[in-house]
Amino acid sequence: MENVVQRLLKCSTSTFFQLHIVNCTGLGEEGVKAAVATSRLERGKLRRRTRAAVETGVGHREPGPRTRRCPQIAFCPAFCDPDSLPPRVGWIAAGALASIPTPAAHGSAPSIHKHGSSMASNSSSSGGSDRQRIAQQRLRIIAGHLQRPAGDDSALLAAECKDQGSKSDASSEEKTVPRRRQEIMKWNGWGYSDSRFLFNKKGQAEFTGKRYKLSGMIIPGLKEWFEGTFGANLQHKSPATPILNSSAVRPPTLNEAFVEELKSTGVPFSHDAEDRVFRAYGHCVHEIFALREGRIGRVPDLVVWPNCHNDVVKIVELACKHNVCLIPYGGGTSVSSALECPSEETRSIVSLDTSQMNRILWIDEKNLTAHVEAGIVGQDLERLLNESGYCTGHEPDSMEFSSLGGWVATRASGMKKNIYGNIEDLVVHIKMVTPRGVIEKSCQGPRMSTGPDVHHFILGSEGTLGVVTEVTMKIRPMPEYQKYGSVVFPNFEQGVACLREVAKQRCAPASIRLMDNEQFKFGHALKPQVSSIFTSFLDGLKKIYITKFKGFDPNRLCVATLLFEGNREKVLQHEKQVYDIAAKFGGLAAGEDNGQRGYMLTFVIAYLRDLGMDYYVMGESFETSVPWDRVLDICQNVKARIVHECKERGVQFTPLSTCRVTQTYDAGACVYFYFGFNYRGLSDPVHVYEQVEHAAREEILANGGSLSHHHGVGKLRKEWMSETVSNVGIGMLKSVKDYVDPNNIFGNRNLF
Amino acid sequence: MDSSCLLASLHGSDTLLFADMQHRDPMLQKRDEFEDMLEERRNSSDLRYALRCYTPVLYKGVTPCTAGALKNMVLQSAQIHFVIGQVSNETGRAVDDVQEEASAILEEMAHSLQLSTVRFFAFTLSKVFKTLFRSICVNEEGIQRLQQAIQEHPVVLLPSHRSYMDFLLMSYILYTYDLALPVIAAGMDFMGMKFVGEMLRMSGAFFIRRSFGGDKLYWAVFSEYVKTMLKNGFAPVEFFLEGTRSRTSKSLTPKLGLLNIAMDPFLKGEVFDVHLVPVSISYERILEEALYARELLGVPKPKESTSGLFKARKVLSEDYGSIHVYFGQPVSVRRLSQGKVDRGQFNLTPRHIPKRPSEEIHSFVNDSAYGLVRAQEENMVLKPWVLLASLLLQNHHGDQASGRARGMALDELTEQAVWLRDLSRQYGAFLHWPDHVPPPEVVSSSLSLHRGLVTITEGRVQLASEQAGGPAGPGEPPPVGPEEELLRQAVTVLSCVSYRNQALHVFLRPALLASAVHAASSSSGKQEIFNSFSFLRNMFSNEFILCPGATVQDFEEACFLLVKTGALQVSQQEVVVTERGHRTLAFLTSVLDPFLQGYQVVCRFLSEEANEALTEKQFVPTVRKFIIKRLLAGRLRYTEVLSSDLQKNALAALLRLGAVRKIKGAEPGTLKVNKVMVHSLEDALGGNLPTQKPAAVARL
Repeated sequence: MENVVQRLLKCSTSTFFQLHIVNCTGLGEEGVKAAVATSRLERGKLRRRTRAAVETGVGHREPGPRTRRCPQIAFCPAFCDPDSLPPRVGWIAAGALASIPTPAAHGSAPSIHKHGSSMASNSSSSGGSDRQRIAQQRLRIIAGHLQRPAGDDSALLAAECKDQGSKSDASSEEKTVPRRRQEIMKWNGWGYSDSRFLFNKKGQAEFTGKRYKLSGMIIPGLKEWFEGTFGANLQHKSPATPILNSSAVRPPTLNEAFVEELKSTGVPFSHDAEDRVFRAYGHCVHEIFALREGRIGRVPDLVVWPNCHNDVVKIVELACKHNVCLIPYGGGTSVSSALECPSEETRSIVSLDTSQMNRILWIDEKNLTAHVEAGIVGQDLERLLNESGYCTGHEPDSMEFSSLGGWVATRASGMKKNIYGNIEDLVVHIKMVTPRGVIEKSCQGPRMSTGPDVHHFILGSEGTLGVVTEVTMKIRPMPEYQKYGSVVFPNFEQGVACLREVAKQRCAPASIRLMDNEQFKFGHALKPQVSSIFTSFLDGLKKIYITKFKGFDPNRLCVATLLFEGNREKVLQHEKQVYDIAAKFGGLAAGEDNGQRGYMLTFVIAYLRDLGMDYYVMGESFETSVPWDRVLDICQNVKARIVHECKERGVQFTPLSTCRVTQTYDAGACVYFYFGFNYRGLSDPVHVYEQVEHAAREEILANGGSLSHHHGVGKLRKEWMSETVSNVGIGMLKSVKDYVDPNNIFGNRNLF
Repeated sequence: MDSSCLLASLHGSDTLLFADMQHRDPMLQKRDEFEDMLEERRNSSDLRYALRCYTPVLYKGVTPCTAGALKNMVLQSAQIHFVIGQVSNETGRAVDDVQEEASAILEEMAHSLQLSTVRFFAFTLSKVFKTLFRSICVNEEGIQRLQQAIQEHPVVLLPSHRSYMDFLLMSYILYTYDLALPVIAAGMDFMGMKFVGEMLRMSGAFFIRRSFGGDKLYWAVFSEYVKTMLKNGFAPVEFFLEGTRSRTSKSLTPKLGLLNIAMDPFLKGEVFDVHLVPVSISYERILEEALYARELLGVPKPKESTSGLFKARKVLSEDYGSIHVYFGQPVSVRRLSQGKVDRGQFNLTPRHIPKRPSEEIHSFVNDSAYGLVRAQEENMVLKPWVLLASLLLQNHHGDQASGRARGMALDELTEQAVWLRDLSRQYGAFLHWPDHVPPPEVVSSSLSLHRGLVTITEGRVQLASEQAGGPAGPGEPPPVGPEEELLRQAVTVLSCVSYRNQALHVFLRPALLASAVHAASSSSGKQEIFNSFSFLRNMFSNEFILCPGATVQDFEEACFLLVKTGALQVSQQEVVVTERGHRTLAFLTSVLDPFLQGYQVVCRFLSEEANEALTEKQFVPTVRKFIIKRLLAGRLRYTEVLSSDLQKNALAALLRLGAVRKIKGAEPGTLKVNKVMVHSLEDALGGNLPTQKPAAVARL
């Protein structure tokens, strides 16, 4: 079997991929077959691609550096009739997973710039095949915490076959983010409709669906933890309104002239109640709580789905012309009330949903950049790049749903920023459509001294200035090797000291997070049922070793989860360095499993909140960044403040108040707080919640923490902006707003 | 400033302060019951008690820290490192050298709490207390609150300070109730007593120099030491807000240094909260009674020495009545500072770099300190004797004025005492008057406990004149001249005054108002009376605990009380004394009168006798001579004006008002008197109270 791979390798002309083939040997016979199959596919694809390139070489402006197009690049000549499209559909779909968007089906306008001219010449058929196979493998590794491992291969192949055969494959259920989000996502909770936690008839917690590692599993410890932590009771249910009652939605206030002209542009739009409600909310607890109760406030009057930059230009022009309020919508994962329609807004509100602008327009291997439409969601971006052997490494916790444009607009941060950087480090070029026109830089120099960086007006502008349409981002070759890890510390203080030392020595792994004791217990409660007696025996031994032999107090110990990435040798070396430092602070290595579960928690915690809400438990998380010397104090004080405020406000059961340090920097850290409480018996739980969160934020600020590390300000944290950036600072921001958008077309009223 | 705005800000600033202690109507104040903790001691073995299992719960269950480990923590702290570097830079000394010094300072300062010493004290104090006192009453609910507070937050104990006994007593109580033993800030003077000093150190005292003005290193070591103990919750920190023992039983103007340090960890976000627990310790008879009086009269304070302590042994044979210790409601610094201090002010410089407290913090700490001292005052238990002493003193002065020393008939005294009992209760006094006992018995038993201070002849009571009282008596030669006679009498008077003073805080605000009303012409309106009130209040703010900036609030409180008791009618414009109010007002004005006259005399002295060379140091002896002269000449009837405390307070007030200035002459501390201003102040105090609104005084 290995021989087959070797042979395939030999025919590959792409040396790059040879470096990354190491992990593929475990592919198995089926895998090899798949590889062969895909290599055949690739060859066919390539032929078509070459032809397509010839046919559509209209818009090439500059050849630029050697660029290689990724297989699913959408490619349509300007203003083309959908019927006369070149036969690109086949290769669009060929290399794609089930979710590859096919913009042509929506008659999307072209994006004719900057298409690589030499894309076909650089890859051979077998290279493509390897790439495909490696991509699958990488995908499995990189998204190990995110996706269900089994069945990926078959799903992928099936999708390919189908794509190959059909031209009109654009049915929306195959896309990660369809126009009608309601088809796959919950309207009043987090994530996919098929994935949720529930307590089954036996009172055991389980996670439904097939998407996640935890899917279909029983989580035996959750009930006890849940009842013990919140004083909740499975008998006391607080179910959500099951279906969205469209009659509860106020009929749209339409700007007829705007709608008329919009129609003529051919950009799809809708004023269907469901579509509108879906774009009226983010995921703040008060938003979800209201939806669960079936209470619906002001929602956008219209939703538009531009397919490309030019569509956006047209929409913005029309909005300016007809004085319509535009609210850009990306992934809808806001937790700052940023998507809330301002109640004082009297104009027609149009939600500009960028989800269909989701193509990678080109990849530039020489400069390691990719030019991407800003509506693409994290998981697609990563997956598509992976197929070409690349990644951005930007993995915010919301990456399944949040979009590139949203990241830019909120100054997002990903968990692996230690290697790849935060969004502001990753962005090379931004194109944004504003009421004044399009803003972009003239070149892609890696750094410029040209006055204040105009990108920084855009980064964090939270949709107040315009719509980010296209972004050039740095990409990296996919890491060869990934390894999880964890360290148990006797207490949180030691853990923080260790993280500080790691930051000081600048040897932080891709991700390093320190959970406090409560969260450690939480993570423990989420352990799925173990099948073998041996595993549970081992777990028991581990526990005895740590608590009895090493004398760690189970009520004080805390755990750091680690993720290493890179070259295998270096990873191992790096790992040793970090564990050596940890040992100095009393840390004990606690295995990969604990680490991986820690990261899994990140992706399922939002689902867990919905479970809590089914049983009178309300929860939320919020974050800050703080200098190192304040980390311990802020953790202690904010947690205590939450408990204190709950008590003051008549919350009967002590709330869950926990934190973790999720990022390290040279000069400080990012701290995440989780807060959940049992609201049974409270007349206005959301109000209580809001008061407590408000107090917690005041506490954060009083303790030298920032207003936000990456969630942004939105409308939720507006009141503290002027004290945060000073009045002059606000004035600066306002004057930019006044120039760029004098009529407040982008009227979501975030930030100030 | 606009008057209404000022008014609003004054109100605003005080409504949040001490939310727990706020009560418009003092009658409504609820106080806990007391339990006598000596009772158990009388019924069970002291030895077993001293050796019993002692397992206090600490803050968040921290493990106690040895004295040595604590010292290390302090020396290794970022703040000490920084200051050592700074001092070394400034003086050019080697870092090691400065380090050495820091270590020596700490060595001199640090406590070395040992349970064995505590047990020793537990045993001996049990014996001593049982002989000296009838009972030691503690509010156990307060103990429970304290226990709760200690577990949840770092705690600062703030007892009132009337006796050396205070801090041993505090530790004794905490030991008895199985609470964490405090570490106590003590003045360096104790260190003079070699053995006792070390004993105290081993029972939790740490010693600080009385003054260390510019010594950066000392301040840093000291503050870091206190903060380390506090924020780690190793032990409650105890210190006396008043800084020293009050010789007069009046609360002293709070000192801010230690309170500043104690609040710092909260303000800098190092702890979630700090709880301050005011503790009021009231002695029915103060051990140091006569000592204090002598000290105030100019017999210098005996240096603390071990042998001196043993000489005081015969104290043991006397009956000192009971002690009441009231643990007040813990005050959360977090709550106190809400809306007053922006903790974000520490965000932009590293917290370990010492910085002068900002204006905002300074005034917050100052307001808090006053609030805390008032909280102490309010929970001081008053015995019937305190009322009797007030009445007897007033009568004594009346007698002196009329030249006849007749004293008071017992039944008259009883009648007046009952009247005063009811009045003081209406004013919110924490009076322990046994209601089930007939008043005459209450009076006679009170008199008998203080028989050193009163004589009863033919059913008439008067202040003892022949006895010097207390431990001084027998060995001395009989009095010779009138001056000695006067001083001898003064010892008794000042002892009585110290009891009367215990009730002063109850009557103070109404008395200021009564004096203002008294001085005003009959047609004066409310605003004029307020102006007089605020003049007096301003004048006496070194003498009594008057929270800065609370003039309007105090005025309203005084009006409220006097209206409530039917002594005054206050309308929008006018203040009218009612028929039945005359008795109350007469009593109240005579409460304040000694102080008014005392300040006048000091003014008179300064305008008549002060020469160019008068220094601060010479002030008390010379003013004393002046006063003695006037007393002997019969031009002044209040012997208590001889109290150096009053004289110093008067000088401090005049310095504050700018009537006297300290100049840097040849002699440091030379006083320069603005005779015009002093004269006009004297005139004002003499009855011509200013009714015009002086600049910068609030209007109603």
